[in-house]
Amino acid sequence: MAAVGQVLRSEWTKIRSVRSTVWTLGIAVVVTVALGVLICTLANHDFTSMPARDRLSFDATNVSFAGMGLGQLAMIVFGVLVVSNEYSTGMIRASLAAVPQRGTFLFCKLAVATALVFVVGLVTSFVAFFAGQAALGDLRVHLGDPGVLRAVIGGGLYMTLIALFSMAVATMLRSPMLSLGILMPFFFLISNILGNVSATRKIGRYLPDQAGSKIMQVVPRVNDDVPYGPWGGLGIMIAWTVAALVGGYVVLKKRDA
Amino acid sequence: MIELAGLTKHYGDTVAVDHLTFTVRPGIVTGFLGPNGAGKSTTMRMMLDLDNPTSGTVRIDGKHYRQLQDPLTYIGALLEAKAVHGGRSAANHLLCLAQSNGLPRSRVGEVLDMVGLSSVARKRAKGFSLGMSQRLGIAAALLGDPQVLLFDEPVNGLDPEGIHWIRNLMKNLAAQGRTVFVSSHLMSEMALTADHLVVIGQGRLMADTSMKDFIHQNSRSYVRMRSPEQEKLRDVLRGEGIHAVAVGDGSLEIDGVPVERLGELAAAHRLVLHELSPQHASLEEAFMRLTAGSVEYHAHDGDPVPAQAGLPPESPPQGEPQPAGWGADWQKKRS
Repeated sequence: MAAVGQVLRSEWTKIRSVRSTVWTLGIAVVVTVALGVLICTLANHDFTSMPARDRLSFDATNVSFAGMGLGQLAMIVFGVLVVSNEYSTGMIRASLAAVPQRGTFLFCKLAVATALVFVVGLVTSFVAFFAGQAALGDLRVHLGDPGVLRAVIGGGLYMTLIALFSMAVATMLRSPMLSLGILMPFFFLISNILGNVSATRKIGRYLPDQAGSKIMQVVPRVNDDVPYGPWGGLGIMIAWTVAALVGGYVVLKKRDA
Repeated sequence: MIELAGLTKHYGDTVAVDHLTFTVRPGIVTGFLGPNGAGKSTTMRMMLDLDNPTSGTVRIDGKHYRQLQDPLTYIGALLEAKAVHGGRSAANHLLCLAQSNGLPRSRVGEVLDMVGLSSVARKRAKGFSLGMSQRLGIAAALLGDPQVLLFDEPVNGLDPEGIHWIRNLMKNLAAQGRTVFVSSHLMSEMALTADHLVVIGQGRLMADTSMKDFIHQNSRSYVRMRSPEQEKLRDVLRGEGIHAVAVGDGSLEIDGVPVERLGELAAAHRLVLHELSPQHASLEEAFMRLTAGSVEYHAHDGDPVPAQAGLPPESPPQGEPQPAGWGADWQKKRS
């Protein structure tokens, strides 16, 4: 049986030896932080002219994560490429001939990529928070304030889960184009559309990104009637990810390489 | 040693591989021959546990592929040349494979040396030519110093120097006592490298024989005669009890009679000859006859046996019943 340590080492070599890793993760960090700072600066400027209702629910922590909506797209691309590169290049045959235990192979690949994304996601989240708070001036909050540390660590977890969910979907679909073609609109369009129409808002809440991003909120919105808390939301996102992982595992196990 | 027992693969209603049973033995090069689409690659993928057989088993040294500890140390395979992430360097490609099987890092340099790619070890595989990619694939196969080697169409797209190199490599590996199993759709290539031959057509086993026997049974020699007085010539031959087959282009083909005797016979009857030549059928043709009924994609017009440069011109007798084709003769012996 393949030794897990050997396969982990092998997968780490695979990840660090392609440029797409640096590019996608680099873009995720830069976009998330830069956009967050920009929006914090604008918010700082416009705070006095905001309606009272908005001022009441102003969430300084969450505003500094405003770049995550766009930054997560780079995370999705990273997750998809880590898995689907094996298929699009034909490398999967060499990989599975070397490690015929497909469960071990998949577990090690996802473990290495997820660990890397968690580190990058956590760093991004902290940097985005501190940079954002610096740009907010008097409106800033501190890491020690209630709920703030949870939200900042949650930001790292959110990015990790987005990437892991993408990896699982790519394991099921194999093709990078197909995977991105489904994941991008899923997170960028469907989630927004469902969330903005009152009739479907209740459904949209249970999508992985909407439920998961609840963990990054500190101040609840006015008239917030979301039926789950920050950890409950993250739990929903984890459930989505686990379901996708099970699907990916079954497909890899059953189908010809 | 690789043992296949009743190996079968269906894709929906299509039968790609049909109850293949044969053994690949160590110490020799075994050629795996079949026309395109005969199921060679599918069979090889099933040997590596990449594709699941519909039924039947493959055993490598008595074990199922999945039971092998660090499989690269048992069996190395070259399946397709471009099975490499183009953005990864040759050395890193081999390193990740080596690490997954607990092989030392130093092994990467050794195999790169062996295939002559040391100078481009740090170059990304994207820029490799087909020949270089093929060498990289072979380096990957040799990584674990395995006793069993599989090569799927290794000479495809190589220049003569590369072909020569691969032939020698396979022979050397076999001479070291390893099991070498190599697929090809070219009989001429196999004739130069293989000691044993496994032929399949439409997924079915058509031959499992030594190269020597195959040549012996299939290399038919005959004499071609052409004369302006063909009818007279036939009468003379018939009178001597010699069976001649008229071929479409106006020449006669005679089996099993020495060319000297035919020449003397013609001279004795004062017949003018335009041609009197001994002919040897090529193995390529023997192979094509053997698998003629099983080629999946026939060209619709013209001769199903394409004329090849360098081969003696030979066309199957038309309009005249042929006693027994070489392939048929051979198949009779098997059954």
